[in-house]
This record gives sequence, C-alpha cells and structure tokens, in this order.
Amino acid sequence: MIEVQNLTVRFAGVTPLDDVSVAFPGGTCGLIGPNGAGKTTFFNVLSGFVRPAHGAIRAYGDDLLALADFRRARWGLRRTFQTEQAIEKLSVFDNVAMIHEHSAAKRATRRADVLDAIEFVGLDISPKAKVGELGAGERRLVELARAVVGKPRVVLLDEPAAGLPLTETEQMGAVIQRIPDQFGALVILVDHDMGLVSGCCETTAVLDFGKLIASGPTAEVLRNEHVMRAYLGTEEEL
Amino acid sequence: MPKPELGTVIRGAIAVGLLLVAILVLPKIAGADWITTFTSVAIYSVAALGFGILYGRVGMISLGQVALLTVGCWVGTRLSYATSLPFPVLLLAAGGITCAIGVLVGLPALRLSGLYLALITLMFAGATTVVLSVHDFPNGGGGFWGASATGALTTSTPPVRRPSMATADVAFYRYTVVVVAILFLLALLHVSGKPGRAWASIRESEPAALAAGVNITLYKLWAFALASFVTGVAGCLLAAQVGVPRAITFQTQDSLTLAATALIGGIYSLWGAIVAGIFQQLVPFLFQAQWGINPNFVLIIFGAGLLQVLLTAPGGLADQLPKDLTRLGRLAFNLVVSRAREQAAAEKKAP
Repeated sequence: MIEVQNLTVRFAGVTPLDDVSVAFPGGTCGLIGPNGAGKTTFFNVLSGFVRPAHGAIRAYGDDLLALADFRRARWGLRRTFQTEQAIEKLSVFDNVAMIHEHSAAKRATRRADVLDAIEFVGLDISPKAKVGELGAGERRLVELARAVVGKPRVVLLDEPAAGLPLTETEQMGAVIQRIPDQFGALVILVDHDMGLVSGCCETTAVLDFGKLIASGPTAEVLRNEHVMRAYLGTEEEL
Repeated sequence: MPKPELGTVIRGAIAVGLLLVAILVLPKIAGADWITTFTSVAIYSVAALGFGILYGRVGMISLGQVALLTVGCWVGTRLSYATSLPFPVLLLAAGGITCAIGVLVGLPALRLSGLYLALITLMFAGATTVVLSVHDFPNGGGGFWGASATGALTTSTPPVRRPSMATADVAFYRYTVVVVAILFLLALLHVSGKPGRAWASIRESEPAALAAGVNITLYKLWAFALASFVTGVAGCLLAAQVGVPRAITFQTQDSLTLAATALIGGIYSLWGAIVAGIFQQLVPFLFQAQWGINPNFVLIIFGAGLLQVLLTAPGGLADQLPKDLTRLGRLAFNLVVSRAREQAAAEKKAP
C-alpha cells in the first residue's frame, strides 16, 4: 500500500506534479497519462532523484521521502527505466546479483535467488551470457529480473515493453501480472499500451499536466470521460 | 560454491605461467639494463592499472596517475630516510598516504565527470610537478621536505634503501614483480566482486546505479582509494629502484602518455595495464638504448596507436589481440583443411 498526499514538484516555472493525492492499494496498479503528464517525475520522486516541493509518501507505513535515495533499494524499492538500463559489460547473472548485493536479502541465498529471478522472467539463456550481446527483448527481461530480485516491496516499471513486438509484450505482461503473487510486491506500471495496462492492472491512476484526473478500477478509469478527453484531446463544452 | 569456468582456469594458469617466467626465466636470460627496464615496466603497469580502474571500470577519467606515483615515490623516499621501518611497512605507508591524497583528488569526481574531471586531475599533476621543481625529492635532510643543508641532491646522497632480501637489481626485480602481482590480485578481487559490479553499474548509468542501491559517493571514492593505494605502493618501489629520485624525471606530460598507453593496452582488462607498462617503459628503452632511435618518436607511435584504438578497437590490444589471433588461427586452419581436401580430390581423380 502506497499513500501519496499533496505531492507537488516544481522545476523553476514548471509544475510537473501539482498537489497529487492518490493511493496504490496493492497488486499491479497502472499509472497512465499523456506525454508530459508527470508519470516519470512521480517515479523519480519515489526513487529519490527528485525532491518534492511538498507532500508525503508513505509506503507500507514507512515515510519513503525520509530515506536516502540509495537506501530505498535496500528498503525494497525497485524500478526499471524507459530506456533499458541493464549493464552491458556484466553477465546476466551479475546484472541481477548486483541488485541482490545491495538489497536486504541474505547473502547465503544469493545464487539461488538470482537464478530464480532469471527463471521467473522466462529468460531462456545462459546466466553467463553478456548482456551486451543480447537482443532488446532479452535485455528488457534482464531488467525485469533485476526489479524482482532480493525481497522487492514496490516495483516501478516505466514502459517496460516499449519498442517490443506484440508477442514479447504479451510475454512481458504475463510476467508482470505474476509479480505480486510471487514476491508479495506492489507493482506500479507506467505504459502507453492500454492493452498491457488493462490486462495487468486491477486499479489505475491517471495524470494529466501534473494533476490526478482519475483513479480506481482500471475498466472504470478507462471509460472515464476526463481520461478519454485527456488522451483524445476533446474540447470541453463551456 | 559454483565450479570455476574453464576459461577462468585457463586465464589463471596463463597468468601464473607468465608470472613464473617473469620471476624465474627472464633474470637468467636478460642483461642488467633489461632487468632495470622490466622493473620499470612492472611499476608503471600498476600506474596504468590505477588509470584502468578509474576510467575502464567506473568511467572517471583521471590524468593524475603519474602524479600519484610521484607522491608514493616521495613518501617512500622521505620515510626511508626518516625511519628504519621494514620495507614492506614503507610500501604500505606510501600506499596509505597516497590513498588519502588520491581520495582528496577524487572528491571533485563526485560533482564532475568527463573533460572537467580530466582537467582537474591534470591540474593536480601539474601542481605536483611545480611543487617538486621547487623542493625536489628528500635527500636525507630533516624537516618536512627532508632536504639537506645545501638543499640539493649530490653524488654523496645515500640511495633509498631496498628490502634487505632484495638489494641487488635482479633480486629487487623479483621482489617488485611479486609485489606488483599482489597489487594486480587485489585489483582483480575488487573488479570481480561487489565493488566491480557496483562500478560497472555506475559506469553504465548513475541513476540506474542509484536505483539499484549503490552508494555512488562511497564507490567512486573507493575506486580512487584503490587506484591511489596501488599507485602509491608502486611509487615506493620506484623510489627504491632508482635510489635517488629526481624531480626532472617526473613530468606532467607523463600523465598524458600513461593515459594514452593505458588506452592502447586496454582499460577494460587487467592485462591491458601490463601492455601499457610495456609501451610506457620497454618501447622507449628499445628505441633509445637498443636501436639508437630518438625516443621522442615513441610519442608518434602512441598517437597513432591511440587513434587506432579510439577508432577501431575500444577494448585496446588486450581485447583485440586474442580476437585477431583467433581469427588468424581459424584462417590458417581453414586454409590447411581446404588444401588437404583439394589434394585428396586430386589424388582421387588421378588414375
């Protein structure tokens, strides 16, 4: 459970997040909105890259903003990036193991946990393979394995299937759906692929120009006229 | 505990084999001037190792490695005159003090990167040269600078002491090779372990490293600490090798040529540092002492080599040479096989 209260972020004259209050109850939650809505900024606040002007974020009762940025991974926060960030010079195993090393998980279980994570995401390659030699879909799965290893509590996925063909997107969606049950983690999924979001997320929140315009069960949210207006650009009648 | 891979075992065996050749065989077949050069190769390969750790592993370009080598050399010299500490303790002290200075030099790296960090570290190298040109190396006198009453080095200046077990050149060469091997092992343990993975993560993307829980400040300074420590130890070895170090032999431009040779050798591999040591010390020796060519021509070779590496082989010689040799071997094998097939076919046709 993540509760966000009155979260505001300002960059000089721009306000990418404007007094946002929203709750992510658990399971897999969607976070959608047009480009520039503030989705990645919200992830950056959760990760500690951006300090909000004001507001509070409580995750499982803990004040997330009080934690130093690099300590949030140990707390259980994981994330992927719009442009995939698996480490080219390292093997698949080392890519996942380095996340485990900085987590709260025990060293004794590292090897087994890492191999489990690689298997969980469905990577059918040698763990010794260098990431620099893998294809885009496989690298995305390596990044996903990094996001689920070492006792994750909140997994932030920023367009995890961007640029992938339909079959690989479906495979990715099936894996994402299983994360909460397998690891007990809350997943927040940012994506423009409405098929992926509606297929994976029980609840969804929608941002537009930094403001929350809807949240609730995904099917209802996607039918919400404000949401349709934000995406389709329909003018509001005066 | 997983079984080591075959490749790791082979690489380990090659490293041990080469180490044994360096310790046991080379002193038997090489003359005195060659042994002195090989000692320098070993020492400068450690300075290149420090550059490789910082740039190849973490992505921080530091042009102050030769300056840190000078600091280690200065500290070793000063402590050698001021104390009667055993030589291994001198090595550790020189490494420790250089490590502390290196971490201070590395502090700007927390805010700067790329060209700006290169400039800051080059300025450190320049500042070291200026200080040395004023004070030179200690010569057995008192005070912080360790200068004698006349303040000048003379022919009567006693040399920096060597370990009692290795006072002769050959024995000191062997001693140096063993110490350098230990320093390389220390670096290997780092780059193949948790720090190495954290450094690789920082090099790839600092935001992603931060999101992975890597304390970027700690690991960047850790890299500077390790690179400075090994370079400081190498500096102390250099002090004992030359006996009476002189400021004039340490120039700011050496930091640039070290960076060039480290890139030519290969910054992503520890082998690259050894290749860099060879380029830095053995090639000029060959030009000057063996072939009678002006050693300044070496700079042209370094320039051409650097251009070649930047354009076609970013992994340097340590990465490219095995690939090229494998390709050559495959070509030769295919040639032999096709010849044999042609011959067999010709014999079949023949009545």
